[in-house]
Amino acid sequence: MSRNITLKINGALHDVDVDDRMLLSDAIREKVGLTGTHVGCEHGVCGACTVLIDGAAVRSCLMFTCQAQGHEITTVEGIAPAPGELNVVQQAMQDNHGLQCGFCTPGVVTSLTSYLRDFPNASDDDLREAISGNLCRCTGYMGIINAARQAQKEMQGGVK
Amino acid sequence: MSGQAAGRYVGQSIKRKEDPRLLTGQGRYVDDIQLPNMAHIAFVRSNIARGKITNIDISEALRVPGVIAIYTGDDLNPLVKEYWHTMGGPRPPIDDPLNAYPPGSVLAPGDVRFVGDQIAIVIAESRYIAEDAAELVVVDIDVMDPIVGIEGALAMPNEFVHHELGKNVAAHMPHLDVPQVDEMFANAPHVFTRRFKQARASNVPMEPRGLIVKHDRGANEITIWSATQSAHEVKSFASRILGFPAQRIRAIAGDVGGGFGQKMMVTRDEAAVMIAGYLLGDRPVKWIEDRRENLIAANQAREEWIDVTMAVTSEGDIMGCRVNFLEDVGAYPAASGSTASMAAGMFPGPYKIPVVLPEGTAYFSNTCGKHAYRGPWMMETVAREQMVDHVAYELGIDPIEMRRRNIIHASDLPYTTCTTMVYDVVTPEETLDQALEILNLDQARAMQANAREEGRLVGIGVATYIEPSAIAFGILSSDQANIRIDDNGKVIVALSSGSHGHSIETTMPQVIAEHLGCDIDDIIIMQGDTSSAPVGPGTGGSRTAVVVGGACQTAAGRLKSKVLEIAAHALEANVDDLEVNGSVVSVKGTPAKQMPFAQIAAIAYMMPEMLPEGMEMGLEVSARYKPAGQFTFSNATHACVVEVDPKTGMTKILRYIVSEDCGTMINPMVVEGQIAGGVAQGIGGVLFEHMVYDADGNPLATTFLDYLLPTAPEIPDIEYGHVETQSASLGGYKGMGEGGAMVSPPTVANAIHDALRHLGVHPTDFPLGPSQVRDLLVQAGQPV
Repeated sequence: MSRNITLKINGALHDVDVDDRMLLSDAIREKVGLTGTHVGCEHGVCGACTVLIDGAAVRSCLMFTCQAQGHEITTVEGIAPAPGELNVVQQAMQDNHGLQCGFCTPGVVTSLTSYLRDFPNASDDDLREAISGNLCRCTGYMGIINAARQAQKEMQGGVK
Repeated sequence: MSGQAAGRYVGQSIKRKEDPRLLTGQGRYVDDIQLPNMAHIAFVRSNIARGKITNIDISEALRVPGVIAIYTGDDLNPLVKEYWHTMGGPRPPIDDPLNAYPPGSVLAPGDVRFVGDQIAIVIAESRYIAEDAAELVVVDIDVMDPIVGIEGALAMPNEFVHHELGKNVAAHMPHLDVPQVDEMFANAPHVFTRRFKQARASNVPMEPRGLIVKHDRGANEITIWSATQSAHEVKSFASRILGFPAQRIRAIAGDVGGGFGQKMMVTRDEAAVMIAGYLLGDRPVKWIEDRRENLIAANQAREEWIDVTMAVTSEGDIMGCRVNFLEDVGAYPAASGSTASMAAGMFPGPYKIPVVLPEGTAYFSNTCGKHAYRGPWMMETVAREQMVDHVAYELGIDPIEMRRRNIIHASDLPYTTCTTMVYDVVTPEETLDQALEILNLDQARAMQANAREEGRLVGIGVATYIEPSAIAFGILSSDQANIRIDDNGKVIVALSSGSHGHSIETTMPQVIAEHLGCDIDDIIIMQGDTSSAPVGPGTGGSRTAVVVGGACQTAAGRLKSKVLEIAAHALEANVDDLEVNGSVVSVKGTPAKQMPFAQIAAIAYMMPEMLPEGMEMGLEVSARYKPAGQFTFSNATHACVVEVDPKTGMTKILRYIVSEDCGTMINPMVVEGQIAGGVAQGIGGVLFEHMVYDADGNPLATTFLDYLLPTAPEIPDIEYGHVETQSASLGGYKGMGEGGAMVSPPTVANAIHDALRHLGVHPTDFPLGPSQVRDLLVQAGQPV
């Protein structure tokens, strides 16, 4: 079955025709053309496809597109305060060499942005646990952990 | 330590130029490309490890609405013209009896040879439809007993994975009988033998493989977008396999999401997509590998046994070694799949070993093929470094002391190993010292003793090695940089490299800006598109800093000379009186007398009358660089402290220390990032990752819930030390991309050994995950 639904992504509305079984990750990438959301495993483990749905980090490969109707979706393309800018997590990722090939990166950025907003006082071990849902094969996680530490400090200091 | 002072750009931890794009979702990976009228491919793959195909029925699948075509081996295999890689040499290796090359079929040629073997290709309007139809392809297979693992190959010597070859040996290095060595072993005070086993692992780049093939029949052109480490190999391979004129093929690698060797060679399924796309024609076809395919069929490595026999004095001086490398290269490896010859050459590593007699055999098996994986020959380091600890404990001496007794000193350089490797500038002893200093060995030993009092199992492991970086032979011999200052004064660089996470868009501009004098932000790097990139092998073998860096430095120097000559002429100054900073040439001491690159470019392109007499117009140079040696040797020592839980067998890494010498560091931040990534992969290979096959040849780790990559909580903060001694290569750089993954496995294993040896546990096999450690404790009679 195919149906027409409206997706709200990064504040903009998109009318898309999708099969009922189409994964949200595929719709975001192929129907809306926002290819920053990456598909790394299609079974909900690697975290590369993580987007925010009403602010919560969600694996878009584990959701059907039609389930997202009526919800606010934020992808990595829309997570910075303005186009051409980086949010605190993105900037910390660059500052701390938190990415190499960049494939897992969008999921790391969305996950950490959501986590640090919800748990600004997380312990160092908690930060590591928070990132454990995002597989990275390049960095050995050191740069990502250091980015999380920097972003946490800046968010605690009230820096946007 | 020693080494040159950091430059304006070289030596600085400059933030990466590629990051803003990748952080905001603006990267362009192969799956991000959507072309009009594009069709999608799904493979029908074998669920049987070995068997004869008796029937393939595609009729029902063809009736699925949206299916465009289905091809089997009968359709595609006859179209295979030449199946070989320039990465393996300048001509097909099929006539080499020691390097049996698997047959050049791209789909199962009447029989299946591993689970995941490709039987048919379905092309449809969407990937969803293609997968639906693939499930409806009926394949009947007469199942045969598979050859699984080295055990299987040894147990079934008269069975062949590839019946066409009439043998099951992919590569062989014969046993050497040297009477003097036999005599030495016979008379040695001590001779010890161990068999070390690695565990089968896979590279697992986070972006799986994939390619788009667009065969435009009208224009007689083929364009291929590929997640590859080497665009030129994709182009030349496509030309050979299709018999299509190479000058009419363009291969493009955009952003590539990791490779670690997996994307170095064009693989059999990629070749099948090339032929399918060519055959279909006029519509672009896209194949994006899914994770299951990546885990079962992309490529695997490390299924290796290493038998080491070491003769040694009572004081721990190594007198000589015999080493036998046994490898399982699967069904369809890249070339022979064997890395034993390289492993044999590097076996002496950082030690003065008078003699090493290597031998080896690589067997085909009914499993996924063996391809390159970060430090493909690293079994030498894994075996040697564990062997030193085993022998030291047998002799009752400290493994660190045994290393010191045998290690190559600065005063020994240049040192030629018994396997004829010539080390010019390496620092194994200095890195050993530095690593132990960072570790604070005495304090660590005291902590270990205290923990032991409390019944905790803490161990300290050390391992050291030499990395033969920047491999420079065959197509890997050289790289090229074409640098142009355009008519606006900006710097446009075309490189033969290919980036899949290596920070090349940052590090190579650092080298160019340093040697050209331009502002680093004025540089743009183009790579990975055969229509603009010079010919080269792409990225692999820890080569970029040395080989591409050498090309960039040479080209930048040449271009700077021309810039200075033009400026000197225009400013009526001597070249020697000029300096270049931030894309501006000025007269030393008279900063008002200056000329920006844009103005020099205007002269070069538009004002011939302003040029020095006889100078060619334009501002564009190219340089191709080949390092002096076949290798540029780097080295490192790693040390770690682990705690093993006696109940669960789980190992926790408490500290991890790396002291390395990669020569002049272009960007220390990038160096440390490469090390950390390699160390995590090495730790994964010991503690978590295991590509297990059952006796029927079924892969048992087909999802990320079974194939366990390390995650953030399992990887410790790494403590770094750097020793910078300049190599003979231009700029003094040494490659270091693979070492982290090569030496971390024995480092961790040695620490676990140290934690458990007082209990009578002496591990030799990977993985050393919780269940294996528990088994070892039980075998040693420990209550768990």
